[in-house]
Amino acid sequence: QKYYHYVHLFLQVEQVRLLDRFSNKSIHGTLYLTATHLIFVESNSNNSILHHHIASVEKLSLTTSGCPLVIQCRNFRVVNFVIQRERDCHDVYSSLLRLLRPVCYDELYAFSYNPKQNDQQREEGWQLIDLGAEFERMGVPCDQWQLTDVNRDYKVCETYPRDLYVPVTASKPIIVGSSKFRSKGRFPVLTYFYQEKKAAVCRCSQPLSGFSARCLEDESMLQAISKANHNSRFLYVMDTRPKLNALANRAAGKGYENEDNYSNIRFQFVGIENIHVMRSSLQKLLEVTGTRSLSMSDYLVGLESSGWLRHIKAVVDAAVFLTRAVTVEGASVLVHCSDGWDRTAQVCALGALLMDPYYRTIKGFMVLIEKDWISFGHKFADRCDQLDGDPKEVSPIFTQFLECVWQLTEQFPQAFEFSEWFLLQIHEHVHSCQYGNFLGNNQRQREELQLRERTHSLWAFLMSEKQNHLNPFYSPAYSEAHPVLEPSTLPYHFKFWRSMYHQFDRSMHPRQSILKTILTLKENSRKAESTLQALESVSTLLHIVIFLSFKLDTHQPQRSARTVEGSSGTESRKQSYGELEGTYNSDLVKEEPAVVSLEFGVARMTC
Amino acid sequence: MSAEIMEFAELIKTPRVDGVVLHRPFMPTVEGTLCLTGHHLILSSRQDNTEELWLLHSNIDSIEKRFVGSLGHITVKCKDLRMIQLEITGMEECLNIASSIEALSTLDSVSLMYPFFYRPMFEVIEDGWNSFLPQNAFKDLESMTDEWRLSEVNKDFSLCPSYPPLVAVPKDVDDETLKKVATFRHGGRFPVLSYYHKKNGMVMMRAGQPLTGTNGRRCKEDEKLINATLRPGKRGYIIDTRAINVAQQAKARGGGFELEANYPQWRRIHKAIERYNVLQESLIKLVEACNDQSHSMDRWLSKLEASNWQTNVKEILTTACLAAQCIDREGASVLVHGTEGTDSTLQVTSLAQIILDPGCRTIKGFQSLVEREWLQAGHPFQQRCAQSAFSNSKPRYEAPVFLLFLDCVWQILRQFPCSFEFNESFLVLLFEHAYASQFGTFLGNSAAERARLCLPEKTVSLWSWVNRPQELERLTNPLYEPNSLVIWPSVAPQSLLLWEGVFLRWNRSSKCLDEAYEEMVHIIEYNKELQTKVNSLRRQLAQLETEDPLLHTP
Repeated sequence: QKYYHYVHLFLQVEQVRLLDRFSNKSIHGTLYLTATHLIFVESNSNNSILHHHIASVEKLSLTTSGCPLVIQCRNFRVVNFVIQRERDCHDVYSSLLRLLRPVCYDELYAFSYNPKQNDQQREEGWQLIDLGAEFERMGVPCDQWQLTDVNRDYKVCETYPRDLYVPVTASKPIIVGSSKFRSKGRFPVLTYFYQEKKAAVCRCSQPLSGFSARCLEDESMLQAISKANHNSRFLYVMDTRPKLNALANRAAGKGYENEDNYSNIRFQFVGIENIHVMRSSLQKLLEVTGTRSLSMSDYLVGLESSGWLRHIKAVVDAAVFLTRAVTVEGASVLVHCSDGWDRTAQVCALGALLMDPYYRTIKGFMVLIEKDWISFGHKFADRCDQLDGDPKEVSPIFTQFLECVWQLTEQFPQAFEFSEWFLLQIHEHVHSCQYGNFLGNNQRQREELQLRERTHSLWAFLMSEKQNHLNPFYSPAYSEAHPVLEPSTLPYHFKFWRSMYHQFDRSMHPRQSILKTILTLKENSRKAESTLQALESVSTLLHIVIFLSFKLDTHQPQRSARTVEGSSGTESRKQSYGELEGTYNSDLVKEEPAVVSLEFGVARMTC
Repeated sequence: MSAEIMEFAELIKTPRVDGVVLHRPFMPTVEGTLCLTGHHLILSSRQDNTEELWLLHSNIDSIEKRFVGSLGHITVKCKDLRMIQLEITGMEECLNIASSIEALSTLDSVSLMYPFFYRPMFEVIEDGWNSFLPQNAFKDLESMTDEWRLSEVNKDFSLCPSYPPLVAVPKDVDDETLKKVATFRHGGRFPVLSYYHKKNGMVMMRAGQPLTGTNGRRCKEDEKLINATLRPGKRGYIIDTRAINVAQQAKARGGGFELEANYPQWRRIHKAIERYNVLQESLIKLVEACNDQSHSMDRWLSKLEASNWQTNVKEILTTACLAAQCIDREGASVLVHGTEGTDSTLQVTSLAQIILDPGCRTIKGFQSLVEREWLQAGHPFQQRCAQSAFSNSKPRYEAPVFLLFLDCVWQILRQFPCSFEFNESFLVLLFEHAYASQFGTFLGNSAAERARLCLPEKTVSLWSWVNRPQELERLTNPLYEPNSLVIWPSVAPQSLLLWEGVFLRWNRSSKCLDEAYEEMVHIIEYNKELQTKVNSLRRQLAQLETEDPLLHTP
């Protein structure tokens, strides 16, 4: 990736020091600034940082060794440069400020990124995930649930996708009426269908109930959802906010469902904090973990006071509640928060992941993100600060979701097809703006941006390097035996996710990775299997050749027959050996110290 | 012996009760007959497929009893941190059982301990009592250097009661000098060789604190002894495992530290590793936090912090890294001591060896390390491990010093999962046996006490049992690949984890993790199998080709 060879260079600064943020180590190199990347090149390696990843740049006051520049990235990388001359430092600083705050979507990397694919390949990449097929997989449409075209033109709710699934008994007037009674028009729709119990997980935003308002259509809507499930007489309504927040919303004409107005609902608060609390929580966490020579006590106190793990636990607790209601009680559940695109997305997606082993596969996890996050309008652009927007809209909601999944993989090491590397990759690209998937805030906006025509899909890229993301301990049999995961949410099961928040601080990680070792071994075994197969067929062939040549020897004139039979045997053998040497002697494989080197006709024992 | 058996009989008020219900976390309830023997609490359902419970009385840390009507509940809390519940009908029987357990689990006399009664049900292939003789360890040293000698000055344990009969000292220092030095060091623990770093010839020594007292007593022989370990023109480091103020205070009680003026070639560094009574508090608090079933994250984290356990782990590891760094990176020799030289000193010297010496990371090498640096070096196991985290009595000499060492090893193992021949189970096993065991290895407080108790003659060594193929297989790390390098662990708080395998062992279902481990073993074995097949097939093919004359004719 030598961008600096062919991309227009904005700046080049020699003699820059890159400091390790936890030790006193530093390396010298050259800093290059291009239109898309900041690249630091030293003798044997180079680091490049995508401008989109940069969250903040800070120029500190001049020291004797130079001018320090601190760059904080959204993927939790923190880079400390020391630039010798203050002027150079200022140039880098001001150029970065200009470059890293794109004001319109067209400036994002995704629109210029070209992975050397043709249009057809790009098109195929976008077709990889098909949400219609996903609902079919769940068993929808069915006798109780149907596809509605009410939002075909984004008229009823512009932050929802076009295709929505609702109870068959919910007529258009009911839908439209309900949508008018819900914040941002986000009326209750199906997001997951638990076929075994015919129980539905639905999502929406808060009702505009204020202190006493009610809406008959909305009440009918909930009634319809409830009635669509014959296994339960009631419908759970999960308000994922703390009760206090919901109460406060009533003053603004919003609020929560009054149990007296809705027949057969069971209302429940689950207490996940809002985006602002989450944002400052992460900030505190990063402040603590970024401290040099951090003491154990300060670390644990900081971990506690940041509240981060408490918030993670709250999300998992909510998902566990949802899962139990659906899989054990067989009840349908309607989940909402305020607007129904943050906490609601977290809880619905995590709940589905606990209920359905499909979402724990690589492909299934992509589908899940596509469904509950992208299509239902989690505001990626705002939350991930893709454009220079309102800093109060930025919040690590999706990061929290990925972390919840990671916490589950720690409890269930065999239940997931993917490893944490997959989660880290996704996190990386949610912020990189290199692929189109996460750009914008909702589907309508994405269509306007013509992302499918103008950008590439991350899913296709991740699929193409699936091997790197596999969890070697994954067992489909485990999932078959445990389709529904029942995690413990006792506090000590939640750990600090070092691989995420210290991703780039190599000194903090184990120096040997079990994951990497086992993945390599598995890959070896796969290769050895095919080698074995090839060797076996060669061996059979060799036996035939020997057998035939013996026959030919006795019955036919030697020469002519030999050329025919012998040479074809030779050919095939040479070919397969050639191939084998190539794969087998790759550095991954540990072979016995060269026992034989095979070439046709010349077998030498070399030890 | 019969008198002893009589004694047990007196303590057992009710030898058996039927219809007792046993509750264990994450295991099915078992109903059966409870039997008390001199050394065991046994619960058997007399059905084929349910596991019986065999619990050593010496493993019981404390019990609690309460009644609901006439139904008695006894909670048995073990030294290995397990908690089980027994439901016994009938108040009198329950009280009898409870008081019997209490009496049997707090026997004072060492000679009544189970190891003296235990007869192995397995064939001893190699007697563990002879596996790690100091003479043999010294032979290894002799192959590397001739600067050291084995001294028999402590042959009858008179010079230093906590040292073994044989110790390695600088060749140029005679026994008379040693005798003088012994009077200047706490507990007679004069500086002895702990580790020789083959790579650069640097050494690590350990000792008790110097008895300088308030008036700054000095001892020329002591100075001579430790200077004898320095190469010409080289400096050494003295690592005092106490904070400077603690070391200062020790002067008032006759202890102290080496003054720069008297040891000009040595630089003293103070590190703050906690003393044993503080560590015991730490363990109690940690285990209490782990058993808190409240769902509050804040409470858990603040309790974890307040226990200071992880802080202790970090301090000990950091000090060990410092010692290793002085030796390997600075090319300097090191003397380690705290107060007595039997606790924090040994944590540091043994961990430094794990870091520096690949040999210590093998199963045998680690056993040898425990034998050398803990058992022979006089760590008072019996005192330290008399009670564990659930004890109600006020701790006297109890402390999880060895457990902290194992925890630190586990931390390094986590960071270098392929560099150790043993796995976590081996460390857990050592923890269990240090606290309660059928083997004699961890009985007594010193080599002298062990000799007096005639342990090699009267008890079986833990190593005799461990070093059999079937046990070794269970304790071997399938990922192991010898790594000859020095391994530097990260001591950042983010890199140090709570040792769940010990502290949450009974609070979580380990099924998923065990199955994943099995899967890992399977993957590795399958890979080996395939490689063997491929290699043998290649050899066969080569054979075929050389044997077939037709293929050789042009």
